Amino acid sequence: MAINADYAGREYPATAPYSVGREKIREFAAAVGSTHPAHHDVATARGLGYPDLIAPPTFAVVVAQRAEAPFVQDPAAGIDFTRVVHADERFVHHRPIVAGDELVTVLHVDSITQRAGIAMVTTRAEVGALATDGSGTVEPVATVTSSLVVRGEDA
Amino acid sequence: MTEHIAPSVSTTRPDLSALAVGDVVGTREVLVDRARLVRYAGASGDFNPIHWNDTFAQSVDLPGVIAHGMFTMGAAVALVEDWAGDPGAVVDYQTRFTRPVPVPNPGEAVISVSGAIGAIDLEARTVRVDLTVTFEGAKVLMKTQAVVRL
Repeated sequence: MAINADYAGREYPATAPYSVGREKIREFAAAVGSTHPAHHDVATARGLGYPDLIAPPTFAVVVAQRAEAPFVQDPAAGIDFTRVVHADERFVHHRPIVAGDELVTVLHVDSITQRAGIAMVTTRAEVGALATDGSGTVEPVATVTSSLVVRGEDA
Repeated sequence: MTEHIAPSVSTTRPDLSALAVGDVVGTREVLVDRARLVRYAGASGDFNPIHWNDTFAQSVDLPGVIAHGMFTMGAAVALVEDWAGDPGAVVDYQTRFTRPVPVPNPGEAVISVSGAIGAIDLEARTVRVDLTVTFEGAKVLMKTQAVVRL
């Protein structure tokens, strides 16, 4: 099935909150080999001025990929995951992700371009943290931009 | 499995005025075996079977299991975090994925990472660290840039 270019420009509703836990930060940091103590030791993180453990620079992929799921897994979008190659990724941090954050993410399909049997899909996940006062205010935390290349049936 | 928290890692940021474009930030090798990929899959939530199932990987025309590009990206930036003294100082990090890293079974793939200062912005107090990430002599990531606020 061909990719559906009509999805370009789409914005998805904010995800349910993702609770960032200390052990998840430690687990992710250990998995990528980030041994800096700010990911593992609360006293070090606080000594650097953070309220709790901070996540490694690529941790936001955890919430970004969850936010991408309703798009890339939508049969009507026509993205055949067996033909997908990850092309590029960028994380812009407005502030570090901190243990205790309740992250909500809004996914934007920024562009879908096609040429010579190849489609390039670029998404942008705007990751924010819910304010702890229950007001529903969202503080911007990170912007995650990701591009996928989808090979056509004949490519 | 024992976790190693490097006791030598500094929490002091480099002195911006002492840095120059071209300065080497550091080098390291990242060893990747199948257990590492399973572990990254669990930690990240990326369970695409091309990263743990040879049969599936070969069915989509790969030579076998390949590392998650996001694993390689995440592992490479640890060098910058340690140099910066504060992982939260990495305010922008991007890469392009150019070649897959096949991970043997048994055995391990060795990814080489080196970093050098590519640009300095004294007004914004930021430094761009350009990372070179290779496997078997070929670049697996391109335009791998981390902006550090000092």
